[in-house]
Amino acid sequence: MNRTYDFLVIGAGPAGMAAAATAAKLGVATLLLDEQPDPGGQIYRGIESRGQAGVEKPGVSQADSARGLRLTQEFRASSAAYQAATQVWQLEAGGKVYVTNGERASCISARRVLLATGAMERPVPLPGWTLPGVMTVGAAQILYKTSQWLPPEATWIAGSGPLLWLYAAQVIEAGGPIAGILDTTPKSNYAHALRYTAGALRNRAYLDRGMALQKMVRKAGVRIVKDVSAVEAKGDEHVSVVRYHAGGHWREETVAMLMLHQGVVPNAHATRSLGAKHRWDALQRSFAPEVDVWGNLSVEGYAAAGDCAGIVGAEASAVQGKLAALEAARAIGVITQEQRDVEAAPLRAELTKHLPVRPFLDQLFAPRASLLVPRDDVLVCRCESITARQLRDAVGLGAMGPNQVKAFTRCGMGPCQGRLCGLAAAEVIAAARGVGMAETGVFNVRPPLKPVSLGELAGLEV
Amino acid sequence: MNAEMSTNLITVYVEGKPLAVHAHDSAAGAALKAGLGYTRTSPVTGEKRAPYCMMGVCFECLMVIDGIPSRQACMVRVREGMRIERQTTVGGVEVWP
Ligand code: FES
Repeated sequence: MNRTYDFLVIGAGPAGMAAAATAAKLGVATLLLDEQPDPGGQIYRGIESRGQAGVEKPGVSQADSARGLRLTQEFRASSAAYQAATQVWQLEAGGKVYVTNGERASCISARRVLLATGAMERPVPLPGWTLPGVMTVGAAQILYKTSQWLPPEATWIAGSGPLLWLYAAQVIEAGGPIAGILDTTPKSNYAHALRYTAGALRNRAYLDRGMALQKMVRKAGVRIVKDVSAVEAKGDEHVSVVRYHAGGHWREETVAMLMLHQGVVPNAHATRSLGAKHRWDALQRSFAPEVDVWGNLSVEGYAAAGDCAGIVGAEASAVQGKLAALEAARAIGVITQEQRDVEAAPLRAELTKHLPVRPFLDQLFAPRASLLVPRDDVLVCRCESITARQLRDAVGLGAMGPNQVKAFTRCGMGPCQGRLCGLAAAEVIAAARGVGMAETGVFNVRPPLKPVSLGELAGLEV
Repeated sequence: MNAEMSTNLITVYVEGKPLAVHAHDSAAGAALKAGLGYTRTSPVTGEKRAPYCMMGVCFECLMVIDGIPSRQACMVRVREGMRIERQTTVGGVEVWP
């Protein structure tokens, strides 16, 4: 089953939904493809099933729902085709995209392809992070959004970043327990962030909301430990204790679950597999694809929008999606360059409501440097069970970058293909070599992006 | 759970035991709600592991679903009667369908 569209959008988060709806409205034959069963991406996960009830639910933690629901409804009302529960396993130059729905593979051709694959949580390996009972804050929030799952008593959260506070507030508002938060944000971050205050004040709403969330969590009686410099999960077959270092002492707490978070980074697996040029973003401490003001990538016919092209947040992501859709419509010949620019002007103005605050947030929640280089016995690659020590040994034997280290150790060769550990492994290698991340780089990504079975491939007409 | 959600329960079998879950749950979510603890063992070390990211990145949630091994349980939505089982691999062999 091979099909052709003018515009193929991959990822049904805010950027992807906004792009598909915008293009469809202009008369562009558009398909939105997503690996989840429902639209919304991770930020608006389960938005349709929560529906109006979710929007009207009072409280500081639900502020985004109305916006997400509106965006989803606009997309649903548009003429864009939608294919859910479908995973991309190969992207080729010329707009050939190979996908599978888990049973059958097919090829979709498009004149323009927009990657809107969003963000993932920064991988920060720590002792015991592979124990059952340890998961990311994002994972717990997905469970909350899909089925209002609340964590057990004696749940602790460790890390840094806005999502951590948002999730804690959501749990509390829903009547659930959070025993304590180990905030690893270095004290010095606050001072360093001050230089970006002017930008932050232009987008005050972000600051006000962040402070309201923290205040709410504090008022609920959650124990908050500031300036935590190290965290370890302990337990035999399941996490039972969190050990942490703060104020010059090691302490322990009994836990039923431990949730980790160190901010989000672009989910750049797709753009990497395409061979698009990437850049090191020092402030966001991550790699992102190089894009122009329309989101165009260095590979002809491909563009990226939203968090996968650099973390900008949900609202700016939607705007970027619309800009990329206008550019696609121009490239396809549905609108002229002048029309594109006229339509784009108010969108660019809208971006200034969301982007100036970013450097401030990036600096405030920059990960603690010492956490990025785990000690020798910590597993960095969960799939192949490769420790930081093994990576350092490979560097000692002369491996220069992640791809050589991969060949030496199998780090990044498991089923996740380095999706999860890539950035973490690069940090370890960069530190071991004493060079920067830009020079170190990350794993190359080769297709298939997801394991594809022979049974699935049998359906492919080539 | 709000009214809209609670009406939407279905039954799955986690390690053979029936469990009522929300229709929007993933198989990995069902395993967690069943209190399964670990969902697979590492094919390399035999260590017990459980879903970590719930969004398709880490592949730590590989389980046997309806008899098919190595399904990414966080990406599979529950279905009435679905059988969700731990994946215990040995000798470094990851089984792909
Ligand atoms: S839990 Fe990470 S891929 Fe399923």
